[in-house]
Amino acid sequence: MELSRRDAIGALAAIGVGTGAAAYAVDTGGDAATAPVETLVAVAEVVYPSELSGVEPFVETFAERRAAGDDDHARGVRAAVETMDDRAEAWYDAAFADLAAEDRDSLLREMGVDTAAEVPDGSTAERVRYYVVNDLLMALYASPTGGELVGLENPRGHPGGTDSYRRGPRQ
Amino acid sequence: MSGTPSAADGRDRTPVPDADVCVVGAGPAGALVANRLAADHEVVVLDAGPRFDPEDRLNRQERAIRPAYDRPDVWEMGGPRDAHAASGEWFYPLNHARVKGVGGSTLHWQGMVMRLHEADFSSGTERGVGPDWPLDYADLRPYYAEAERAFGVSGADDNPFGPPREAPFPNPAFPPSHSDSLFAEACEELDIATHSVPNARNSEPYDGRGECVGYGTCQPVCPSGAKYDATVHVESAESAGATVIDRARVTELAHGPDRIEAAVYVAPDGTEHRQTADAFVLAAGGVEIPRLLLLSASKLYPDGLANSSGAVGRYFTDHLFAGVGGVLEERTRQNHVGFVTTESHQFYDEADETVAPFKLEFLNYAGPSPVELAMTGDDWGDDLLGRLRESYGGHVAVGALVEQLPREDSYVGLDDERTDDLGNPVPDVHWTVGDRALRTIERSNEIQRDILAELGAEVTWTAGPDSTGPAYHHMGTTRMGEEPTESVVDPTLCTHDLENCWIASSSVFPTGGAVNPTLTIAALALRAADAVDEALSRSL
Repeated sequence: MELSRRDAIGALAAIGVGTGAAAYAVDTGGDAATAPVETLVAVAEVVYPSELSGVEPFVETFAERRAAGDDDHARGVRAAVETMDDRAEAWYDAAFADLAAEDRDSLLREMGVDTAAEVPDGSTAERVRYYVVNDLLMALYASPTGGELVGLENPRGHPGGTDSYRRGPRQ
Repeated sequence: MSGTPSAADGRDRTPVPDADVCVVGAGPAGALVANRLAADHEVVVLDAGPRFDPEDRLNRQERAIRPAYDRPDVWEMGGPRDAHAASGEWFYPLNHARVKGVGGSTLHWQGMVMRLHEADFSSGTERGVGPDWPLDYADLRPYYAEAERAFGVSGADDNPFGPPREAPFPNPAFPPSHSDSLFAEACEELDIATHSVPNARNSEPYDGRGECVGYGTCQPVCPSGAKYDATVHVESAESAGATVIDRARVTELAHGPDRIEAAVYVAPDGTEHRQTADAFVLAAGGVEIPRLLLLSASKLYPDGLANSSGAVGRYFTDHLFAGVGGVLEERTRQNHVGFVTTESHQFYDEADETVAPFKLEFLNYAGPSPVELAMTGDDWGDDLLGRLRESYGGHVAVGALVEQLPREDSYVGLDDERTDDLGNPVPDVHWTVGDRALRTIERSNEIQRDILAELGAEVTWTAGPDSTGPAYHHMGTTRMGEEPTESVVDPTLCTHDLENCWIASSSVFPTGGAVNPTLTIAALALRAADAVDEALSRSL
């Protein structure tokens, strides 16, 4: 199943990005930080299911709005990614995005991200879970394509209208 | 209008000179009262909470979805301002149950809006328990119709057990869901009639607000504004000339023997103000209204203001939830929307001394929401998707709302051992539930299990007498009645003790029935506004 730009825009709309919401507004000034797109794509390739395609443009669109601004959340994403890269360099001698997929998976688990609850001001593992892994999971599973993977095309958080709840399951 | 700014945010929170009406609380009751009176009177509304920015609603939705946040975090409840106690044998999670701020608890409500049944107004006479209301359905009927128009209720006149109606609902009902159709077949086999649900959310554009777009997070936040909330009528009241002062925490009602003189409130910078007015309307809900009256005790009223009956804070009731959930082998398409589209009131009016009224609700959001489930657990990738597919699919659930009878030992009092950040005793919700309600939960569970059995579902959970919880409807704590010795307000919602103090709230309900209370709150608020208007016209 292929992720689309519509999915990314939908995911952004569900969390208030691109709709004028102040907390996650994109900083259009000249000092806007660069989103760590490459690393986020590398994480998504681990935490997203293998049957998905179109992950890279989806994450790019999402990350450029979600992780590039001058707001607390974007700063939190960048700080968490920086920590992941530091660990990757220390333990695997390479940046996170340059690791093989198995090593990326291992690193996240060695950091304890798999068993951590998301906490925005918590431990390293809790912050990576909140700002990186769960941000990406929320983006996917609040999107129409992510929802359809599971069996509902209008997941919670997505303004998918009031028709789908009336339809029966597809045969 | 009021004078110079008094707080760091630059907003003017000084009192309004020469106010005719002071409303305490900017929830649905306060908003409707203010809106009805603002054109002809100088109205000021004081609310303890903030004026929330509508632009932040999607961020609040994210809080509603993400596991890092608890329900009170969505609307910034909790902390020293909202400290409370729960000394009863049943714990009461008060800050899950309310929102302080402009819009009040309609900001997080579900938005189900039914009229009480006719027999609810005469429980003592019809069912042999509890007090009768001092007014009947006919008295409220025109106000109900007006409240439905105010909320833009989407509904259909297809409930064979409901009270008589005089006009169609403002908007058509939301059609039944896929799972409703499964329940309808099972219920037909069991001779249980099902029908639509009146919802305070737009099925079509109405009153300048768009139709529902299916975010699915109705409770606790509707980002689109299709679900009615009281900011609609706060804004309307302001357009008509009312002044709304947010973050104005009323701590005392200064009074003489027969009248309130001023609402004493504290602004965010700590400055204390006195808002005088000719008439006062208390609309701060079933917990903070009795708390404020008790905090206003004086030599004239040593047991609390307007409390010569001793009933202030007494008879606290809520609705109890009963439910049975299960799993079918077929997909039931849950969690597309966050509201209910089918109910049954078939058993409601079988109530008597031993069994309370109750209604059945067929849920459209049984089972976990995949996006929320995705953010928990220690798996990801294909394993996570497998888990989500396994957990989503065939869930079904039938809920019920059950009436609780008023009891003297169920009350809202003051906890003298604990104070809020202003030094005032916090509210103590001492919640006690009687056997009739518990028996009725069992009765509801029996029917719910029958329905699930007819469906062929495997039952996976039951919310029964031992695991029930409150529906967050705070009722009964300033009950209405004819007798000043037994009640706090008269049928016009004016307090027996004070000639210029009205109460617009579910706190005046003598009994609660088994329908969601907000439509009745709204109808009573409109009735109270008419009473205030009449009193002011008599040069109160």
